[in-house]
Amino acid sequence: MSETLEHRAIGADLPRRDGDRKVRGTAVYADESPAQDPVYCRIVQAPLARGRITSVDPAPAEAEDGVLAVLTPATAERLADTSDAEYAILQDDEVHFRGQIVAAVIAETFEQARYAADLVDVRYDEQPGDTLLSADRPDLYRPEQVETGAAPDTSEGDVDAAVAAGPARIQQTYTTPMLHNNPMEPHATTALWEPASHGGAGSLTLWDSTQGVHTVRETVYTVLGLDREQVRVVCPYVGGGFGSKGIPHQNVVTAAMAARAVPGRPVRLALTRQQTFSLAGYRPPTIQQVALAAGDDGRLTAIANDVVEQTSRVKEFAEQTVLPARTMYAAPNRRTSTRLAALDVPIPSWMRAPGECPGMFAPEVAMDELAHELGIDPIELRERNEPDTHPESGLPFSSRNLLACLRRGAEQFGWPDRDPLPGVRSHGGWWWGTGVAASVYPTMRMPVSEAEISRVDGRYVARIGATDLGTGTWTALVQIAADALGVAVDEVDVLIGDTDHPMASVAGGSSGINTWGSTLVAAAQEFRKRFGDTPADGDSARAGVPANEAAERYAMSAFGAQFAEVAVHADTGEIRVPRLYGTFAVGRVVNPRMARSQLVGGMTMGLGMALYENSLFDPRTGHVVNHDLAEYHVPTQADVADLRADWIDEHDPHVNAMGTKGIGEIGIVGTAAAVANAAWHATGTRVRDLPVTLDTVL
Amino acid sequence: MFLDGLSPERRGTLRRMDHELTLRVVGAEHRLSVDSRTSLLDALRQRLGNTSPKKGCDHGQCGSCTVLVDGVRVLACLTLAVTRDGSEVVTADGLSAGPPGSGGDHPLHRAFVDEDAFQCGYCTPGQVCSAVGMLDEFARGRPSVVTGDLGAAPELDDAEIAERMSGNLCRCGAYPGIRAAVARVGREREGTR
Repeated sequence: MSETLEHRAIGADLPRRDGDRKVRGTAVYADESPAQDPVYCRIVQAPLARGRITSVDPAPAEAEDGVLAVLTPATAERLADTSDAEYAILQDDEVHFRGQIVAAVIAETFEQARYAADLVDVRYDEQPGDTLLSADRPDLYRPEQVETGAAPDTSEGDVDAAVAAGPARIQQTYTTPMLHNNPMEPHATTALWEPASHGGAGSLTLWDSTQGVHTVRETVYTVLGLDREQVRVVCPYVGGGFGSKGIPHQNVVTAAMAARAVPGRPVRLALTRQQTFSLAGYRPPTIQQVALAAGDDGRLTAIANDVVEQTSRVKEFAEQTVLPARTMYAAPNRRTSTRLAALDVPIPSWMRAPGECPGMFAPEVAMDELAHELGIDPIELRERNEPDTHPESGLPFSSRNLLACLRRGAEQFGWPDRDPLPGVRSHGGWWWGTGVAASVYPTMRMPVSEAEISRVDGRYVARIGATDLGTGTWTALVQIAADALGVAVDEVDVLIGDTDHPMASVAGGSSGINTWGSTLVAAAQEFRKRFGDTPADGDSARAGVPANEAAERYAMSAFGAQFAEVAVHADTGEIRVPRLYGTFAVGRVVNPRMARSQLVGGMTMGLGMALYENSLFDPRTGHVVNHDLAEYHVPTQADVADLRADWIDEHDPHVNAMGTKGIGEIGIVGTAAAVANAAWHATGTRVRDLPVTLDTVL
Repeated sequence: MFLDGLSPERRGTLRRMDHELTLRVVGAEHRLSVDSRTSLLDALRQRLGNTSPKKGCDHGQCGSCTVLVDGVRVLACLTLAVTRDGSEVVTADGLSAGPPGSGGDHPLHRAFVDEDAFQCGYCTPGQVCSAVGMLDEFARGRPSVVTGDLGAAPELDDAEIAERMSGNLCRCGAYPGIRAAVARVGREREGTR
């Protein structure tokens, strides 16, 4: 499909439709959904990385005031489908990672549940945990595929020979740490089992904090062995997810099991901040061996990224860290590889731009090193290696404006006339430097989604089971539907966040607007085809998401360029980022203010990855020791100085009817490399292991 | 009596740990009996049904639970409800241009929407309450760690706002919008003094 919409509402700088509710705190999140006489569930977690439960004595907990039930491996219901081992909760006595759920207490009050959970007496036969990732492990293995379904390895030409030939070459190892999403709203569910409904078979309602209500329903009905129609999932608002609420985690299924243990009582299960560190997924640490080779003219002759990363032993997660090296630059000799260590660790999952984000840190720092070795400006080096077509598939890009972003960003940042020498600018007691890195994120459309558009009381009402993570879906879909119907935004309502609305894909992979918007356009076309421009009340039409045939003929990605100014205190090594500018090419922007907020937010999280965030994992215990917001440092207000996001006007007729590419993730891609490159330019010390901290640059 | 927000079935379950207290929340007086372990945040959310303040960490590390207690910004999750007997609590929902609870928007509500100073909205009620408390502290001439001249009245610049608002984390990274919203309302205040 080509870009077909006339843009009137798309591109308008409208405020969020849910703004008033959010600034007052009256938007309803999962733990505060309406519930009559709710009870509270508190989980008990295994304190060891590997072992076997030898006994669970719930009696001390059961004796406490207000305790209604204690779920243990002996008493919990038998689940119908545990083929996904993440959901095999309380089904056997094996402990696969520290923090695994081994019991759950349900009580009348939050305080009673919390206290009683500490009284559940669980005994273990502890076994030595195997938790340490290293590139030297003999048991590293190649997964069948990475998370996107792409091949784990690729190879073309002879990288080793090209690197040996040089004359310029970079061969370095880069590492990124375990990172945790940490949305401000910890994962939470309110669950109600009503045994008499659905013809006596019972029905389950989950008010869940999720990136996809339909995704949760598919998992929960399958795991519990119910009919799909017995499960309803509601989620009008999400207090952030960043991937960690993309698939349901153990807490959601546990909440459902708890609800079935106390029929008729709504059960609230909110993970504590600490509990999210072992149960809600994380970005796995990576070890990346990058090789670049180039001629004196700066043209790459080889590019390789050989990645070692971890998964949990109980469930495989193969982060797609290899992907950016396949997309960014032209080079005749190319190689990527993925090797996993399966460890007794919590289950990794999606964190904002999985794969693309860590997989751009290493190559983009390596490019900076190569630029220095060749004596070529880092932007010029990227210009000389801009591919005509996708470097691996050979397909033309539907649009690729990396160079436009680099040039525009350079101008805005004041990059020209930059002295390339590192460690030579000192004033005011600080060393100063600047750095640049590229951003990339693939443009995706999910294969399944459906929308319904109806005429109700003289208005157009669109329904689609989509989600708003703060991304602005409540507003942006109205803008798209209005243009698709050819009416003003005031005439349109869009309802999302409930499985009572038609099936919609998860808010992930920056695919939400691409997918749901395309679906709404198709539904609007169907509606107009059937009912014309003067529909009657009650007229209604449905359509599914159309396939994009252009995706077979074009490679599709968004691109960007990030520029950082870094100051390092000469005595203390304190690192500040006075300026961080991003320029992006992301197709059509549906709503400028919300787009800017997403890009700025991504860059801010990238700043955290660059300087602060690091889940400190104790390999002896399998424990993230800094498992709270006092010790896992996310950027604060005072850490963010002059941070700006901007975009070029990009028209891509191939991606979808709106011309959008997705903006939720690209903002974090490349940020850490830009900051690390600037820190090198300031100090002359090259840091290849994130985060860049004062002890590494002094 | 003393059992606002608690069903008859649950009253019998509260025995050993209970204490009675009075809270004025956005102008309305509540007599309630709470477990001595109950935080002010849980008393507001779970007992009085006021879910405007949010629970982001329950450890005083994120600021999402910030409310105004007797006019001062306070982390409700670190405050045991029983220690605030007789206090006046105002949440983000209760803020308005006039006295708390008098209805209508507070200027910070409007400024946050106009500056798109949030995305997911979870930290936002705490940010708004914190901003109200911070501007009041500022108006009283209280210095912060970035205030240069402790003898002079501090300037409401970006550095002061950033420093004084850094107890409120925002994982969506809406910091520039928050700063702009607080600066706008702060400047309007200064202009009217």
